[in-house]
Amino acid sequence: MFAGFDFDVIERSLPYLFREGMVFTVTLTALAMTGGIVFGTALAMMRLATSAALAPLVWLAGAYVNLMRALPLVLVIFWFYFLVPWIGGWLIGARQTIQVGAFWSAVITFTMFEAAYYCEIMRAGIQSVSRGQQSAGYALGLNYWRTMGHVVLPQAFRNMLPVLLTQTVILFQDTSLVYVISATDFLGAAAKVANRDHRLVEMYLFAALVYLVVSYVASRYVGRLQARLAVIR
Amino acid sequence: MGAVVGTLRTAPQRWLARACAAYVELFRNIPLLVQMFLWFFVLPELLPERLGDAMKQMPPPWSSYVPAVLCLGIYMSVRIAEQVRAGIQSLPRGQSLAGTALGLTLAQTYRHVLLPMTFRIILPPLTSEFMNTIKNSAVALTIGLLELTGRARAMQEFSFQVFEAFAAATLIYLVVNVVVVFGMRRVERSVRVPGYIGATAAVQTGH
Repeated sequence: MFAGFDFDVIERSLPYLFREGMVFTVTLTALAMTGGIVFGTALAMMRLATSAALAPLVWLAGAYVNLMRALPLVLVIFWFYFLVPWIGGWLIGARQTIQVGAFWSAVITFTMFEAAYYCEIMRAGIQSVSRGQQSAGYALGLNYWRTMGHVVLPQAFRNMLPVLLTQTVILFQDTSLVYVISATDFLGAAAKVANRDHRLVEMYLFAALVYLVVSYVASRYVGRLQARLAVIR
Repeated sequence: MGAVVGTLRTAPQRWLARACAAYVELFRNIPLLVQMFLWFFVLPELLPERLGDAMKQMPPPWSSYVPAVLCLGIYMSVRIAEQVRAGIQSLPRGQSLAGTALGLTLAQTYRHVLLPMTFRIILPPLTSEFMNTIKNSAVALTIGLLELTGRARAMQEFSFQVFEAFAAATLIYLVVNVVVVFGMRRVERSVRVPGYIGATAAVQTGH
């Protein structure tokens, strides 16, 4: 079954696939992860706010997270692809929409989308830190931000590190969906070569193999990390 | 598929558990979109010629519908398998020992003791997997299947009414979600074992 295979096409396109495609995928993953965790943690803190004055904030964060989690990523990508130029234009007060490339549109989309998922992880993480820790922070005279920053969040991150990384592996796989806005990520690059040279079988199998190896190695690493963290606790 | 694979992963036969683990790792670590392409573009080429041609020549909705269903089915089966395995492993050892003590065979223990309990425990995560399946079906638009997101996209390209088209799709997804959540809650209530508090679900990742 591999007799008619043209391995040459893979070899020829390797520089393109990795230098253009993989760099796009990895940069997008890294930026979206960082942005998503920061924004997601902020959302989690909003959702866990207890004072009555902050009730609208709690509701808003909850609505945002539930909305994002109810929609398919593909639809969200389309939404942001059309919305970001509008909102950008509105923000800087321009008369027309602004130009946003596929890359930045994707970064914003994935940051906003993944934030909802990271938020739920961080919320569980913050709740996994016992209340006594927070009280101890207050007892030491730290205010809310310092208690969060120095006492609660470091422990929450540590507890949730494996889950956060697992979510990142999923994010890495999901970045392939930028295909729908014709961005040249790793899969997009593979698809372009596949269609140009009419070598769909080879290119898609190769892309699948690369994703498989990267995700498998990453999830094995997360598993080991989890075991290591579990022993200490 | 998911129930079978997940159950077999806890089987005492090592090779069987390994084979199922390999199945899970394989389909979990390849993005859904790539799998979609594999089923749609690659599989017909690798099959014997007549079968491959038959797959490609199915009348329009079916030529992308069948690969999409197979792809989604297998992709989600892996995640169900993980839930089932986690559910079985969360049962106290006493449950399977009790089955053995009653003189049940291994298969009977699974059938009458372990699995009924497992499925009740994993109902909440299964609900979210159910919704994930609905959401993931949007990926099928990449192989030309006009599902909800695909239709919204087509509408938008046809009429340039971007916001209306996507807002309609968004609303429909939200309604479907609410229906699923309430439906599954009813199921949960009706199959609940009195006095048994389900194990707290672990934090979920994924979409």
